[in-house]
Amino acid sequence: MAMTATQAEPFRPSMLIYDTRYRSLTFQVIALVAVLTFFGWIVHNTVANLAALGKTFDFGFLEQRAGYDINQHLIPYTNDSTHARAAVVGILNTLLVAFLGCITATVLGIFMGVLRLSPNWLIGRLASVYVETFRNVPVLLWILALMAIITDTFPAPAAFRGDNASASMLAGGTVAFTNRGAYVPWPVFGPGWQAVAIVFALSLAAVWAFGRWAHARQEATGATLPTFWIKLGLLVLPALLVDSLIGAITWTVPELKRFNFEGGGFVDKSLIALWFALALYTGAFIAEIVRSGIQAVARGQSEAAAALGLRPGRIMSLVVLPQALRVIIPPLISQYLNLTKNSSLAIVVGYADVRATLGGITMNQTGRELECMILMMGFYLLISLTISTVMNMYNASVALKER
Amino acid sequence: MADIAFSRSEMLAPEAPPASEIGVIGWLRANLFSSWLNTLLTLIALGVIWLIASHIVPWFAHSIWNASSYAECRKIVTDTWGPDAGGACLAVIHERWKQFLFGFYPPELYWRPTLAFVLMFVAMAPILFTVVPRRLLWFSAIFPGLAYWLLWGGSIFFPVAVYLGFVAGYAAFRIAERGPGFLPPLAAALATLVWWLFIAGPLAQILPQIGLAPVQSKQFGGFMLSMTIGVTGIAFSLPLGVLLALGRRSDLFLVKAICVGFIEFIRGVPLITLLLVASFLLNIFLPPGTNFDIILRVIIMVTLFAAAYMAEVIRGGLAALPKGQYEGADSLGLSFWQATRLIIMPQALKIAIPGIVNTFIGLFKDTTLVAIIGLLDPVGLITAIRANAAWNGMVWELYGFVGVMFFICCFGMSKYSQHLERRLKTDRR
Repeated sequence: MAMTATQAEPFRPSMLIYDTRYRSLTFQVIALVAVLTFFGWIVHNTVANLAALGKTFDFGFLEQRAGYDINQHLIPYTNDSTHARAAVVGILNTLLVAFLGCITATVLGIFMGVLRLSPNWLIGRLASVYVETFRNVPVLLWILALMAIITDTFPAPAAFRGDNASASMLAGGTVAFTNRGAYVPWPVFGPGWQAVAIVFALSLAAVWAFGRWAHARQEATGATLPTFWIKLGLLVLPALLVDSLIGAITWTVPELKRFNFEGGGFVDKSLIALWFALALYTGAFIAEIVRSGIQAVARGQSEAAAALGLRPGRIMSLVVLPQALRVIIPPLISQYLNLTKNSSLAIVVGYADVRATLGGITMNQTGRELECMILMMGFYLLISLTISTVMNMYNASVALKER
Repeated sequence: MADIAFSRSEMLAPEAPPASEIGVIGWLRANLFSSWLNTLLTLIALGVIWLIASHIVPWFAHSIWNASSYAECRKIVTDTWGPDAGGACLAVIHERWKQFLFGFYPPELYWRPTLAFVLMFVAMAPILFTVVPRRLLWFSAIFPGLAYWLLWGGSIFFPVAVYLGFVAGYAAFRIAERGPGFLPPLAAALATLVWWLFIAGPLAQILPQIGLAPVQSKQFGGFMLSMTIGVTGIAFSLPLGVLLALGRRSDLFLVKAICVGFIEFIRGVPLITLLLVASFLLNIFLPPGTNFDIILRVIIMVTLFAAAYMAEVIRGGLAALPKGQYEGADSLGLSFWQATRLIIMPQALKIAIPGIVNTFIGLFKDTTLVAIIGLLDPVGLITAIRANAAWNGMVWELYGFVGVMFFICCFGMSKYSQHLERRLKTDRR
């Protein structure tokens, strides 16, 4: 018997290209060398350029005095604070506007998305007009336009003065929209507010426990309770009761004094413009996501539920929504990320987000472009990657378990 | 008695439906007043429409087209229609519309961007519509160089020398065609690169400097700038996105890692930070003394940004393709590139059309961000005009005008994508 073909071939260099066993390895090594060369070239250039400019690469500037004011800050800040603190103020401001914007955009988006599916022709058209108008015009334009509208068409604080004032406060004289921003009632935490907070936390726990109990009861007996109203009462009433007994939390209301409003809380117009522009813009995208999510649930699902005798509200909450949410949530989260990233346009209205403090004034004052940009991009990357990791975990948990 | 037995010998004609179920009334009842809730909604909607229309219609009807300042506009409106009347001061658009279109481009050269704009439609026609003769695709291929030459001017031989690089690559491809499979593309790429790096520059210098008057990038502005950045970005981000998407699905671990890293990095940071890198850091990353055009830098960054999003959209299309398509292509004995080009990509791109067009629209809207790094695109011009004493305090007219222009472009793109989806819908009839 002749044993010929099974003989192992000796290795030859040309096999690196022709033999599929080695070819992928060859290409990967080439790619790795190319990428490393590219980064090495950039690092080399950077070192040479920094040396030529007489700059060093260190983050010591973060400990220096910032020397500039920030009009809106969530933590104590003066111009004597450090650049690092200014950056933190900026980060918190970014998170604040992102949080407010996401909530408003979600409410608006769900509302408009459902309206678009309305059997009422006129309402459906109106919702489409909203969606198309806001989706097809750049968000930067909306931010600037809202800011210009507040600045140029809202009344000055002086217009609220006098017997026949040209402007009046809203909500029973507690809220004033002026061309500087909004003056709103603000809570003051007096002594004993911790008690109210503890009661509120206990209420949360009670709501959770009640939910479990009601669910178990329904599983066992089939009887249902008006859980929403009971939960709402559990959540709100105890804290309100305790607060009215000890009077820990009081509200201050803005009042017109000599030159301006005093008391209450002040929301700067830059925050309002940014918040609502982002919410209106992102809301249009969310409306489309909600609409397509609801339409993605096969019609037979709701018809089958109706055939089982479920009422329309229950069909929505038990059959359609759980399936629609699986389609809605991933793009919804990516819209939240977009909103957060779009909040970096805050600089155009002078809102002090991280791009305006760390990537704006701090960068210009210290001349540390490289360090500031690395920190700022790192912050945005951290947020994005964290959320998308959580997102992927959620996706894996709700994905259809195919067998 | 007559016979009362009766049997019908012919069919009765069907009764006409009740008047309340057909025609305008039927439609109104079905769509607007089917229940008390629906009626209420209709009334609310009518109220909203009335609220909007009652503000816009008189405002627009009282528009002023000839005035030299906002104050003059207001005075004319007050004199004509009384102190409480509002009126659009469109005089600002009338005065500045050339600036809105061309920025600070030399007025005597306006024909060049206009011609480039018109030719753009000629170049796009064979790509967008199948009824246009295929031969026009040649014009689409030479259009980028032509547009560059028209917009920036300079010697005609610079774009020609660049294009000759492709000819050199093709020649190398044909020469190396008899070699092993990987050689022709490698030879073509090498020949093109060598041509561009070492021959094109000197060649353009030697050839006579015949051409148009050069225009500086800083004179660009208005919608011309948005169009230049947007169209270039759109044209380059699609092929780059396809490559990144293929790389992300590759079996080669390193290639995949590089693509994933690039895509996730770009998608994780806002575009404005990338534009800041383009305007502050590129000088630090490149060899000392390098300095290239700010518009080119912006175009590169916008393209990279859109390509990362495009890659994810196309990856979705690739993932949605049934596995049998890949296996079918393999069983026919097609190579990876043949299978990708002939079987996988046409179907994947078709699935991904809505996402691709959405990315295009997003890219075009994102061109407004260049206003932040100081370029005078329409949004930057608004800020400049509002800072002018004559037009101080104007809001609705300027933002409305620019918004409407962007709306037309973006809405047009999304309508075209719906047309394309219908045209390519070959399955599920």
